[in-house]
Amino acid sequence: MIDIIGRNRFLIFRRSVQLLIILAFVASNRWGWSVLKGNLSSAKALDSFYLADPFAVLQMFFSGFVVSSDLIIGALIVLLFYALVGGRAFCSWVCPLNILTETAAWLRRKLGLNTTTDNIRIKRSIRYYVMILALLLSFVLAYAAFEVVSPIGMLQRGLIFGFGMGWAVVLSVFLFDLVVLKNGWCGHFCPLGAFYSIAGKLAVVEVKHNVDNCTDCMNCFRVCPEPQILKNVTKKTSLIDSGECTNCGRCIDVCEDDALKFVLRNLKNNKNEN
Amino acid sequence: MKKVQEDSSRRAALKTMLRGAGLMGLGGAAWGGVADGLQASELTIRPPAALKEAEFVKACIRCGSCVEACPYDTLALATPDDRTAIGTPYFKPRIIPCYLCTDAPCVKECPSGALDIGKITENDLLNINKSKMGVAVVDQNSCIAFWGIQCDACYRACPLMGEAINLKFERNDRTGKHAIIEPVVNREVCTGCGLCEHACITEKPSIVILPVDIANGKAGSHYIKSWDKNDEKRINTTKEKSAVEANTAEDYLNDTESLFDD
Repeated sequence: MIDIIGRNRFLIFRRSVQLLIILAFVASNRWGWSVLKGNLSSAKALDSFYLADPFAVLQMFFSGFVVSSDLIIGALIVLLFYALVGGRAFCSWVCPLNILTETAAWLRRKLGLNTTTDNIRIKRSIRYYVMILALLLSFVLAYAAFEVVSPIGMLQRGLIFGFGMGWAVVLSVFLFDLVVLKNGWCGHFCPLGAFYSIAGKLAVVEVKHNVDNCTDCMNCFRVCPEPQILKNVTKKTSLIDSGECTNCGRCIDVCEDDALKFVLRNLKNNKNEN
Repeated sequence: MKKVQEDSSRRAALKTMLRGAGLMGLGGAAWGGVADGLQASELTIRPPAALKEAEFVKACIRCGSCVEACPYDTLALATPDDRTAIGTPYFKPRIIPCYLCTDAPCVKECPSGALDIGKITENDLLNINKSKMGVAVVDQNSCIAFWGIQCDACYRACPLMGEAINLKFERNDRTGKHAIIEPVVNREVCTGCGLCEHACITEKPSIVILPVDIANGKAGSHYIKSWDKNDEKRINTTKEKSAVEANTAEDYLNDTESLFDD
């Protein structure tokens, strides 16, 4: 029992954080708590300061709206936080859609869907173009273009304020990930993930690989939502320092040889360590 | 040989670029089309002090703070089936109207300025009665007051009773001895709160809130109220020309050419 918890400690921790954040939002809407009022687009924390989605604010900026200082400061706080802990920590520790896409990925592994030969291939770099497109379209359409179609927005607003037909969009993302493309949405298309990949490029919290302990079991490759970032694993001791790493810690969970762990990047000796 | 290789690699690069541009175009067109379809309805009733619709959609970060602040659960965030910009707040007066809280909690909670407190501030004081969420429009065919049946539900529900909705007394020609008591909306005063629509007793409401831009017409600046001293001054300042030239009306009457066959 203890071993099961130990083997899944980051997964359990992450799910708890994700659910607690949703709970905080729901509770402030339903029962008037004041921990986090609003939603993931923008929220007032502890009735004292604002937080805002930096990518949404960037789109608003592109749409030509003079964004209020509350939102700009809120977006900078969030941006700074993720720049330190790893941009895509949002994806694996906060984003509620992650729970669904990871479930889809888990089902794919269990059902053996990853080994079928008819999988389509799409470059993961396409998400950066989607991000650029989101900003261009915001400029052309004169409103935040991604926010209107975002399945993340529909899911989190749905959980807090009620779904409407939003569940259909969320379900389609789940099914897309399940039967069409492995890590389809989060790993290929999500412009918010692309934005945070760039924002967290130089994050302080990183996963470190120690090749001396590695037994080439490939467990980490099987569970990693972004396996291309593990290029040095089994080869040399190094930081997994790609911006695309979501710092989910799942690789650390499944590693039976203590070859992976979270470290704080030493900013001064950065070059030596790599 | 080497030259050929260079050429083909350049060609390949160009092809890749073109394909990339095409894909961006495809994505952009599809995305833009879908997004614009989701914007849709101009008939959405927004919370108090909202910016004009196009600006509002730009400014709203879709956080739902106004929805949470509303003590009457009037406001909701639009879902994909609401036919309006997804995630933006709106309300349906027939279901729950706006009760015009004097402290405007929804407006105060807005972090982005999409709900602009300046719009309902007068002499540094909040005046929620200045809000313009829409205007009430009466359907005189289905409103039973116009039939001669006595009903003043909307008039009495109106928070600005006697100002935003007045009663006009007309003689009932059908009976010859009764009055028809008609509700009349003053569009200058009406806030669009929708308490009238909510209170209307007909099966489908006979008084409904429409967005100001939809409900209001515009006479054009060349019509001047000569009986209004202030308005008459515009004769000197107005620049817009009448659509009809001074002598064309006369020409039209004198032009008999087209009446004769060749």
